[in-house]
Amino acid sequence: MGLNMNSVLGGEGFLLTTLSAFANWGRKNSLWPMPFGTACCAIEMMGVFASRFDLSRFGAEVARFSPRQADLMIVSGTITYKMASVCRRIYDQMPEPKWVIAMGSCTCGGGPFDSYAVVQGIDEFLPVDVYVGGCPPRPEALIDAVMKIQKKIEMQGAPLV
Amino acid sequence: MSLDLQIVIDSLKTNFPDAVLDLKTFRGETTLVINKDKIREVCRYLKNDFDFKFIADITAIDYLGVKTPRFEVVYHIHRFGPEFDENIRIRLKAEVSEEAPRVDSVVPVWSGANWLEREVYDMFGIEFVDHPDPRRILMPEDYEPFPLRKDFDVRDREASKRSFERALEE
Repeated sequence: MGLNMNSVLGGEGFLLTTLSAFANWGRKNSLWPMPFGTACCAIEMMGVFASRFDLSRFGAEVARFSPRQADLMIVSGTITYKMASVCRRIYDQMPEPKWVIAMGSCTCGGGPFDSYAVVQGIDEFLPVDVYVGGCPPRPEALIDAVMKIQKKIEMQGAPLV
Repeated sequence: MSLDLQIVIDSLKTNFPDAVLDLKTFRGETTLVINKDKIREVCRYLKNDFDFKFIADITAIDYLGVKTPRFEVVYHIHRFGPEFDENIRIRLKAEVSEEAPRVDSVVPVWSGANWLEREVYDMFGIEFVDHPDPRRILMPEDYEPFPLRKDFDVRDREASKRSFERALEE
């Protein structure tokens, strides 16, 4: 039939897929994270990017400090209301499609800081895709969150423009 | 050390007889309550004549419902002696009323007092007269309450939310 097992996608064969599934396959394996680290969780996030845990195994090692080149925002650390407007502005500057990971108790729900200055969960002003609990979460937990994002992209994708 | 400290206190009392309102010693720490109108003169005297070069901290206390005047501005100043046991640290306090919460700035004496006084203004709303840059330092500039005052609920996030909304609109 169409697929010749002797030369997968070689000269003779071809694969059938949909355009969106093909695009989602590319998206999920080349996530470019925008690290938004504001506190101790950022240290753990750096550990995830570094050699021991090595997020590049999941195609997500290109940490870009420009939001215009990123499609995954990892918010790691306590977000105060003064920082929240900055965080929202950076999210708005990211091109579509984009995803958000809330890393750590503070970003998920304010953590121990039930105070006048701290946002009680960044979902007050950002659409969060994956929440990672922990204070701080283990690097494996953040890797799991990235894998969940990958699964979400694979299953739901993003609307093709 | 105690001898040296006693000289400082005695000469302060002779030079500024109406400035030193009280003297407390507790566990080797000396606290002088200074008339708030004389605070800058006293600080300048201690710096120039006794080499208190270092302003370690400025903070404040809110004694709401405990005593009047309501606020105390606290200065920790330090002298680096030529020998270890000639290091002296003293604490100056200036009582500030609720009705007129302002005190002379000591930035002309120690420029390091600049951000410390801004923090006290930010948290307690105490104004520092002649401060070169009297803005908030930690909270947003359009934030209204003073969070460390005792009549402020520390869980009250409404003012923060308003500042956040305004920052988004810009």
